[in-house]
Amino acid sequence: MTDTTPLMQLTGVSKSFGAVKALISADLTLEAGSIHALVGENGAGKSTLVKIIGGLYHRDDGEFTLEGQSVDFHNTKEAKEAGIAVIYQEPTLFPDLTVAENIFVGRQPYTRFGGLDRAKMRRETLELTRRLGVPIDPEREARGLSIADQQVVEIAKSISVGAKVIIMDEPTAALSGVEVDRLMGIARQLRDEGRGLIFISHRFDEVFSLCDTITVMRDGTYIATNKAAEVTEDAIIRQMVGRSVENLFPKQETTIGEPVLEVKNLTSAGVFDDVSFTVRSGEIVAFAGLVGAGRSEIARAVFGVDRYDSGSVSIGGKAVPPKNPMAAMRLGMGFVPEDRRKQGLAMAAGVQQNITLAIRENLAKFGFITSSLEEPAARTWASRLQVKTHALDTEASMLSGGNQQKVVLGKWLATQPKFLIVDEPTRGIDVGTKSEVHRLLSELAGTGVALLMISSELPEVLGMADRVLVVREGRITAELSREQATPENVMYAATHATEEGEAAA
Amino acid sequence: MSVTHSVPPVEAGRSWIQKLLRAREFGLVVLIIALVAVTAAIQPTFVFSDGGWRELLRQPTILILIAIGEAIVIITRNIDLSVGSILCLSTYTSGFLFANVEGMPIPLVVLIGVALGAFLGLINGLLVAFLKVPSLVITLGTLYAYRGIAILWIGPHFIRSSWLPPEFRQFGTTPFLTIPLLLIVVLIVVLLVGWFMTSRRAGRDLYALGSNPEAATLFGLSERRLTLTAFTTSGALAGLAGLVYLAIYATGDAKVGTGYELEAVAAAVVGGVAIVGGSGTIWGVALGAFFLATISSALPVLGVPSLWQQALVGLFIVGAILLDRILFITRTRRAKRSGSAS
Repeated sequence: MTDTTPLMQLTGVSKSFGAVKALISADLTLEAGSIHALVGENGAGKSTLVKIIGGLYHRDDGEFTLEGQSVDFHNTKEAKEAGIAVIYQEPTLFPDLTVAENIFVGRQPYTRFGGLDRAKMRRETLELTRRLGVPIDPEREARGLSIADQQVVEIAKSISVGAKVIIMDEPTAALSGVEVDRLMGIARQLRDEGRGLIFISHRFDEVFSLCDTITVMRDGTYIATNKAAEVTEDAIIRQMVGRSVENLFPKQETTIGEPVLEVKNLTSAGVFDDVSFTVRSGEIVAFAGLVGAGRSEIARAVFGVDRYDSGSVSIGGKAVPPKNPMAAMRLGMGFVPEDRRKQGLAMAAGVQQNITLAIRENLAKFGFITSSLEEPAARTWASRLQVKTHALDTEASMLSGGNQQKVVLGKWLATQPKFLIVDEPTRGIDVGTKSEVHRLLSELAGTGVALLMISSELPEVLGMADRVLVVREGRITAELSREQATPENVMYAATHATEEGEAAA
Repeated sequence: MSVTHSVPPVEAGRSWIQKLLRAREFGLVVLIIALVAVTAAIQPTFVFSDGGWRELLRQPTILILIAIGEAIVIITRNIDLSVGSILCLSTYTSGFLFANVEGMPIPLVVLIGVALGAFLGLINGLLVAFLKVPSLVITLGTLYAYRGIAILWIGPHFIRSSWLPPEFRQFGTTPFLTIPLLLIVVLIVVLLVGWFMTSRRAGRDLYALGSNPEAATLFGLSERRLTLTAFTTSGALAGLAGLVYLAIYATGDAKVGTGYELEAVAAAVVGGVAIVGGSGTIWGVALGAFFLATISSALPVLGVPSLWQQALVGLFIVGAILLDRILFITRTRRAKRSGSAS
């Protein structure tokens, strides 16, 4: 085995976006007839690596060979022609075209009269989908196909172009149990045909039952490649998180008081299920888990942006009505959303208007608001948060990510909330400003505010939180105290499919 | 008759009669026939006279041409508001060439008119593709810019029929088996464009782009090339429409084609093109254009006050959109149901 050239090999591949290093040094060796798992935390660089292989990004440095030949893709077309197919988590079909046309897009066969040979397309599509064990009507529009069927169409497309390397980026995330089994059957079939598959998943049970080789990445760097048969799940988790978590984010000691937020049995069908937790005054509770686990969705429901089917939310003993963010705000709730550009800021408005946005009603006199009424309030918060702008009328869109985040925080602090939700508070913020945001959150807890922080960055969770709630697939799967919360424990709870026993109540 | 096929796995293919009844084209044909029949019953000369018959078939040709061009642009999830202004420049340029260049061959003038339209469309396409500004804004700009050029150049002048060679004028009136030659030419263009859109890869790529632009980019389709293709084709068809206008009316000034852009959009929508792109047929659009043009010539005959005509046209547009929405929802539901059954 070792003397043959691998199907695909990447060595020391790096990629930067401006100052951000998405990949530092990635290695990956894929053999033909193998299913190779690529695992790592969110932000470990898996997606960037996949996009480089698929021709969407161009690597800055490193070796990339396909069957021993050095390759250099400048667009997705070149990668495809070289025999690489990527199946994204959200399939990218054309909803208005038929299934057959989706498979043959860009290379439809012509009849001798110069028109499309629809009969041939129909025949081959049916044959392809049958071979995959999932016959799909070739004449139907792609619109309305389930995610699983869309993936089958994508796979059929990649087989029909003779793909040698098939990459599946978290294909099972949106699938039901039956569909996952079906997909895994297809994957094995493709492997037995001699193709090389790369399988990205956060579910270890799938990784271990399907894959023969596991490569672990962390912080944009290659960590290790393991034979699946010779390694344990714990060992993989250790490789994934195995950094020393220095106390980068010291949370100051606070006295934790009475419960402020109480959530009981919150359920929204298909999104999250039976979620109960409390947050006390002065406490920072972190929602840890993987992207897509349902953390933001729970937070949005608590704040009243999204609806929920059953359960209750209360603040300081007062019930918070569902689906009513204004009422939640009046009861002392605040929400710093994940996507501050789209959801947190009026980008074209000035810093001043943004900070006073949530307290306009209080500032206004006789229903009118003027700049001179806004200014004192905005000035207070801008200086307390050390927002670096020349003037309060600087447009929010002109600020750096860190300063934007401070403005959003300022907006909510101006409402003097009892309970504040912060969703990914430091995403896309440089390291220096990051610790400032952490200091602010910590100070805030010190003044008795109850905080719920959603974060995908383990060090942030471990450094800041008094208590960690791990969310997996819409359920809280573990509650860990500050002492219990080790990287391994959190990662285990976030990725491990609990055998329906549910040991901890 | 109804043999159960073993081939279609999920949903048995519906019979062609059901497909026909469901198609937008069929509904429009019925509407057109009904409209013409009612109008002819009240005023027989609307159909049964040389002039009536000719106008009925000849007058929609202009709108058909610009509407199918508009449809191509809308299918790529764009819009072209400049077609009326392009038509005007093409009409006057052609008339001007006939008047001022001795012995200008007619095919060359036609070629120049179409090429001018294609060039102006190409400018639209370049601006949209490279500036990444929504086409609504770009072509709103060129709508005024092209019209401005026309006004500066033409001023108060207008084309006189004496400028035009007699053969060109005759072309507008000559019938072939009672059908105006102009309509036959336009139908051939419709067939060619329709065939391109349904049966050539490049045409299918235009649908794909409008259906899911992100997927098209991921797939490696060139959004720029396709955008340029769509706008250039739309411009060329507007240029050709300018020549048809000249052949029919044998006149033209700086105001020719004002407001045609919205009629073209209306015809595309009534003809079954989704304004969000990705779907609709050229045949449907041609019928939609024929229908709208016939309404505006039939309503005065029926004695409907001109104030009501626009309201009625508007009603048909809203009706067409509502119908599309209802069909879309039921189709998606059905698709979901049959999908989960597999």
